[in-house]
Amino acid sequence: MFYRETGQFKTNYAGDMAVFPILQDRIGIALILVVAFVLIPLLGSDFLLSSVMIPFLVFSLASIGLNILTGYTGLISLGTGAFMGVGAYACYKLTTLFPEVNIVVWIVTAGFFSAFVGVLFGLPSLRIKGFYLAVATLAAQFFLQWCFTRIPWLYNYNTSGAIEVGQRTLFGMNVTGPKASLEARYMVLLTLVTVLTWVASNLMHGRIGRSFMAVRDMDIAAELMGIDLLKTKLLAFAVSSFYAGVAGAAMMFLWYGGGEANDAFNINQSFLILFMVIIGGLGSMIGSFFGAAFISMLPTMLKFGLPALGIPLAGATAEHLTYILVGSLIIFFLIVEPHGLARLWQIGKQKLRMWPFPY
Amino acid sequence: MTRTSQSIQKGEVLLAVDQVSLSFGGVKAITDVSFDIRKGEIRAIIGPNGAGKTSMLNVINGFYHPQQGKITFKGQTRSKMRPSVAAAQGIARTFQNVALFKGMSTLDNIMSGRTLKMNSHFFWQCLRHGPAMAEEIRHREFVEDIIDFLEIQAIRKVPVGKLPYGLQKRVELGRALAMEPDLLLLDEPMAGMNLEEKEDMSRFIIDVNTQYGTTIALIEHDMGVVMDLSDRVVVLEYGRKLADGTPDEVKADQSVIDAYLGVAH
Ligand SMILES: Nc1ncnc2c1ncn2[C@@H]1O[C@H](COP(=O)(O)OP(=O)(O)OP(=O)(O)O)[C@@H](O)[C@H]1O
Ligand SMILES: [Mg+2]
Repeated sequence: MFYRETGQFKTNYAGDMAVFPILQDRIGIALILVVAFVLIPLLGSDFLLSSVMIPFLVFSLASIGLNILTGYTGLISLGTGAFMGVGAYACYKLTTLFPEVNIVVWIVTAGFFSAFVGVLFGLPSLRIKGFYLAVATLAAQFFLQWCFTRIPWLYNYNTSGAIEVGQRTLFGMNVTGPKASLEARYMVLLTLVTVLTWVASNLMHGRIGRSFMAVRDMDIAAELMGIDLLKTKLLAFAVSSFYAGVAGAAMMFLWYGGGEANDAFNINQSFLILFMVIIGGLGSMIGSFFGAAFISMLPTMLKFGLPALGIPLAGATAEHLTYILVGSLIIFFLIVEPHGLARLWQIGKQKLRMWPFPY
Repeated sequence: MTRTSQSIQKGEVLLAVDQVSLSFGGVKAITDVSFDIRKGEIRAIIGPNGAGKTSMLNVINGFYHPQQGKITFKGQTRSKMRPSVAAAQGIARTFQNVALFKGMSTLDNIMSGRTLKMNSHFFWQCLRHGPAMAEEIRHREFVEDIIDFLEIQAIRKVPVGKLPYGLQKRVELGRALAMEPDLLLLDEPMAGMNLEEKEDMSRFIIDVNTQYGTTIALIEHDMGVVMDLSDRVVVLEYGRKLADGTPDEVKADQSVIDAYLGVAH
């Protein structure tokens, strides 16, 4: 009843072209932002911040990245974990070499390094598609992961072989390292995710997004529109890897606080993010968030939620249950609804718009 | 580019196909075919199934590269050309089996036809403000005119994959028109349509030709439509040119009657 576009007439194209043309949607977004920026840091427990929100935000960013490549441009990649790694190691090297430059600058700059590497490994995409491209990106995954562990320069010759995150500040507050508060890390991450989501949404709503989708839907016709296939695919790899790279840097510096590539940037990570994109919805911004929320929060919800409801569940069982649930959902979505949770959300909104009349 | 196109007057040769031959392995799709398309005309290409009509369009817009012969468009001769370059030179087309961007809305499909005319910087695209937004609005206005022209206002926001076939063909025409082409290639735009839809489509084709002065090459099996719409007709059979002339001349041509018109389609 309250979710209506009735009476909200667009008097110009700018209004009609807005990302959220319906007032209620804009109010919804504003509410989400208030909750995320004000309520959660003020009222949220440490557990909520560290085990729910921070992982969710990092995965959202990575999912947006992969969704741009796979969902919007139709190019599959199994190298997301490695591209995240490029971001993390680039950020590590940069902040070691130039510690005086703000860490947030380096987290974002790291994305450009990963964009460059993404473009290199995206070159074969002009010739190969689908399964073969997946295999090519898999090669990128293994090659880069090998680099991360076998080139000691990348991890500053640390005996641990891992990235060791130092103390860095922003506006005089610690934002990385052991002394950084959860709230500070969360706020930096949330700001990054908010700004980068806005940028990604802008890109996907304009000429560049249309040319990505054109390449995905019908590449010969896209070429006929004057869209250069190679340039467009490489741009998709660049933008996608940029997001993955920032996500990787954020993961190391704002979440893990240090770690090793074989743990953080392995093939499992690549698959996990692919699953987020599939379950959330291919080719949907909001779907990237749904997928990231669902998969990153599911284990926590099962582990803590079910016992709280009085259903006893051992840690190992919770993990297995997660796999079973995610696996069956992927099969379900691939067969029944390739547009994932985002599509269900849309259908729900559509129903609400028509309510109480079903048609 | 625009200067060359303006320098070609109505009635002068816009595109010349000169002794073009194309084969796929052993299959000869086109054998030594020459014809021309004059600026401002509706030129029909007809012939039985497998005659090489679609292959001819593919040669003209750069999908296929002929083994022999050359193509001259707007005074420039070439033998090999990428489709995106042909697009930039002013050639647009529709496909026999509808090649729309299925996951995108009608509006986005037609907007994608404006891609070559949009050039706001990546930076502004990221912000979707300033020059990027101004450009988007400018082209949206152009596209809305096409939507009005084709009477598809109601399906603006509908993903084209959900539209019935006849409407998809119309959207595909819209997308080609959005490119403001000098030469528009239409591959069986009325295939699979009912009578009413065919009449609508015929009207659109004539209007495009007369209102915007767009030169059109049209492949069509419906002889009634071809004879009504076209200024000149070229007839292909087994990859060879059988006849070439006005609809009346072609209709009267004995070899055409034997080969084509005599056969029920
Ligand atoms: N890509 C290709 N590879 C191999 N053979 C092809 C290819 N494209 C066309 N041909 C062959 O070239 C010949 C001409 O085909 P074309 O599609 O141009 O015919 P058409 O006149 O458009 O027929 P229709 O009326 O059925 O559309 C046919 O024998 C076809 O099998
Ligand atoms: Mg054909």
